[in-house]
Amino acid sequence: MIPMPKPDLVTVNIDGREIAVPKGTNVIEAARLVNVDVPHYCYHPKLSVSGNCRMCLIEMGLPSVDPATKAPIIDPASGRQKINWIPRPQIGCGTNVSPGLHIRTTSPMVKEAREGVMEFLLINHPLDCPICDQAGECKLQEQATAYGRGYSRFVEQKNVKPKRTQLGPRVMLDDERCILCSRCIRFSKEIAKDDVLGFIDRGSYSTLTCYPGRPLANNYSLNTVDICPVGALTSTDFRFKMRVWFLKQTNSIDLESSVGANTVVWSREGVIYRITPRRNDTVNDTWMADSGRVLFKQVAAPDRLTAVQVNGGDSALDHAINAAHELFKTSAGAIAVVGSGRSSVEEQFLTKQLATALKASVQLVSRVGEGDQLLVSADRNPNVRGALVTGLISTLPARQLTDLTVAIDAGQVKTVISVGEDLTAAGLTAAHLAKVAIVYLGTHANATSAAAKIVFPTQTVFEKSGTFVNQQFRLQKFSKAIPGVAGATDDLCLLAKLATVAGRSLVAGDLANVWQALAAAVPVFGQVTFANIPETGLLLDCTPFAVLPFVEGETLHYKPAAATA
Amino acid sequence: MPAPEQRRIIFKHIDESGYSNDLACYLKHGGYEVLKQAVTRPPQALIDEVKRSGLRGRGGAGFPCGVKWGLVDRRSGKPIYLIVNADESEPGTFKDRYLIHQDPHQLIEGTMISCFANNVTQAYIYIRGEFPHGARILGKAIAEARAANFVGPNILGTGYSCEIHIHRGAGAYICGEETGLIESLEGKRAYPRIKPPYFPAVLGLYQCPTIVNNVETLCHVKHIAEIGGEAFARIGTANNTGTRIFCVSGHVQRPGCYEFPTGTITMGQLLNEVCGGPLPGRKFKAVIPGGSSAKVLRFGERFKGRRKVGADLVDFDWGVEDLPMDFDSLALIGTMGGSGGVIVMDDSVNMVEALANINAFYAHESCGQCTPCREGSLWMKKLTTRMVHGPARAEDAALLKDVADQIPGRTICAFGEACAWPTQSFLAKFGDEFKNHHETKQVPKPTATAALV
Repeated sequence: MIPMPKPDLVTVNIDGREIAVPKGTNVIEAARLVNVDVPHYCYHPKLSVSGNCRMCLIEMGLPSVDPATKAPIIDPASGRQKINWIPRPQIGCGTNVSPGLHIRTTSPMVKEAREGVMEFLLINHPLDCPICDQAGECKLQEQATAYGRGYSRFVEQKNVKPKRTQLGPRVMLDDERCILCSRCIRFSKEIAKDDVLGFIDRGSYSTLTCYPGRPLANNYSLNTVDICPVGALTSTDFRFKMRVWFLKQTNSIDLESSVGANTVVWSREGVIYRITPRRNDTVNDTWMADSGRVLFKQVAAPDRLTAVQVNGGDSALDHAINAAHELFKTSAGAIAVVGSGRSSVEEQFLTKQLATALKASVQLVSRVGEGDQLLVSADRNPNVRGALVTGLISTLPARQLTDLTVAIDAGQVKTVISVGEDLTAAGLTAAHLAKVAIVYLGTHANATSAAAKIVFPTQTVFEKSGTFVNQQFRLQKFSKAIPGVAGATDDLCLLAKLATVAGRSLVAGDLANVWQALAAAVPVFGQVTFANIPETGLLLDCTPFAVLPFVEGETLHYKPAAATA
Repeated sequence: MPAPEQRRIIFKHIDESGYSNDLACYLKHGGYEVLKQAVTRPPQALIDEVKRSGLRGRGGAGFPCGVKWGLVDRRSGKPIYLIVNADESEPGTFKDRYLIHQDPHQLIEGTMISCFANNVTQAYIYIRGEFPHGARILGKAIAEARAANFVGPNILGTGYSCEIHIHRGAGAYICGEETGLIESLEGKRAYPRIKPPYFPAVLGLYQCPTIVNNVETLCHVKHIAEIGGEAFARIGTANNTGTRIFCVSGHVQRPGCYEFPTGTITMGQLLNEVCGGPLPGRKFKAVIPGGSSAKVLRFGERFKGRRKVGADLVDFDWGVEDLPMDFDSLALIGTMGGSGGVIVMDDSVNMVEALANINAFYAHESCGQCTPCREGSLWMKKLTTRMVHGPARAEDAALLKDVADQIPGRTICAFGEACAWPTQSFLAKFGDEFKNHHETKQVPKPTATAALV
């Protein structure tokens, strides 16, 4: 362990409790450390401070010193240094801690200020909670309950604004609900670097809108929906689908690239309704790409594989395993395994067991796209590093399976086991496929599954638990959000069965036991078990792989080795 | 006591017959002589003169100009900008426009002296969007001054260069707030910045140290450079030095701009003698002494207390007529000298209607950035508008006060105070009118058409 440098600490007093916090912390964050809630709307820890909602007003005081001698002035009543309380409330978000700062968050002045701001925010708010998607996770609801007066004195006409403005393909705006906190504007400008949002008109008639002719269409637009503290910005995909309090939250990992953004999968009764980012300050902060939020749709996709097949006909699992066993025997010595950078660490480990038992060569297919320098990296496989760590591969995967095509053409390979990879996308032609017997383990139909001799339907990332190793060599776990579809078999179970028939002495097919084996076989995992991996991930030693030419460019919280050197 | 004579420094030549706003006329009256002399002095000497003069800002807050200049971060290595705040939008104030129209070169000379003193090489005149004529006049005047080498590169052969640009606003009151003005000048929405950290003296225009001064303030700088800080400080009263221009409007016989040594004239003298008193058959009812944001005063009320005169504490007992028209006295009784816009209302005015008018202005001009002002100003407008034009309720007065009390001190900029003070003071001073409004108000009966009866 490298000892963390000690940050400069500053002692502050929050509601009578002393706490040491790092210099540069603002009052909201400092209060959070002592479990004191300072309500706020516009402040967001990952955005610039705007200070416009005025909800975080607190009472602030500084220790008084003699102006001439700088000696502390002692209050004779308490025997402690006198505090000069500022007569006006101050914003917590825009105030950084200073030594000896005193804060009151429960004084009458603060209470009154909060009640005032709450009342102002609600007078022109439509209060259409019964039909609002934000209901249940709405800061306006929560803070009105906690800090508001509970009744309205407003008898005038409310302002009328546009109720449904399509800001972009994925984001819908209800201007009447908007409290003009400007979080979405700041996000677009500062994080997404796509400055398309702004206010028009003035005062209470201010209206959020896009610049003329510029839709909010960037791949991060749905983060504005996440950070909108009220129901003004809603996702066109999730809108009116489900009340959020019915939804179960499961921690997961975005598998669209090697960034491994931390996510939450929201599901009810086996159906996923949405995916949102989960805060991890070392990986994705509080953001994720829009493209990763629709991946759950693959669960119920029409091309989902739901039946075990042998020679094109439906089959029982045991029968198919036996058929695979026969195939392994007849083509012994001429088997190739195509692993996947989309498989979990555990699956890759079992794939290696299988390949070792069959004395088969192993290759991975690379997926390289353009990185967006934020949260989609160039490597679109979430777990190439997992394959390196488990020893499934020792070099980076190539885009084309050239070695395999050469071997097939030379007649050296008779059987190919593909773990979820479409071989035609990796350079194999239909002629190649026709020359070999294919065992396909995968979730969705494609040219390879159509040509396969044996097809084992498997589960998507939402239906199983496991781990990925992201581009930082951070081991991150994802959990099962929903039960698998009927007909699909758990990947680990399946790989274990295949490895067993291939000749490995009984291989475990459940997560806990696989991890026991993993920890024993892979030194870097040491004492790791699936249960003790922290929710924010576990950084692994990457020095053995430092020489490899990884394809990723710079993204949020990641600099390629070449760039850091 | 008869009113003192006007002492016109800023308005010295304005209104003289034959005085025009071109350079030739200005030079004939001794124009730019002060600049010629100032650029030969060390800049710090000029800053010291302004500090010694005790000049207080004429834009509204009355902040000492020398202190403002002293706060400028001169060690950052960044350029220092000077902005002339000509966004004169406070209702009841019309001195800067008059100055720009009648004597633009005086402003340019004062600006150039201030620029030289603060080592500014780039100045901006932010002029209100509603002053197109003023912008044209200033544009012409700057071109003339540049041709005569008073503005531009190598001014008067000294090696010092300074440019002045005119920037026209787009019609928003909030652009008079200095950080809002800076945002607007940068091309953004005029949302005032949060202070701290964005104090203009440190992080102003383009995040550089910036001085923002009112038109009248900069004109005073010219006269301070001419007669010296001490001599200037002898005009007016202690801590309220120099002359002050009062823009009297409303129900008086002779409204207009009047310039007096600060604090030497009382409200009564100004309104009754200088402005000729109330209109025939009317009586003064109320006066707002410093632009519409200042708290209103009711004729007939008394202000008692003690105040500092020199080193002594002196009792005072003033009626509205006795109020000395200076920053400190007006602040002492809970209102402010503000921008010098004196708005007079006589007994023909219904105070609820007057407040509805003021509230409509502030609701229209609130920038909408922070919650209390954005929502509060419009709520107050809707309330008072309903009281005037719709069904008034007995509880409206109390509610109106509560709403106004929730605004000041909780906003990003001083607009919160500006929009709440009128309501607070109208209710404090004319509470009965508001409380009884639902009974006393004259609702015009719908006139029945004879043909329908």
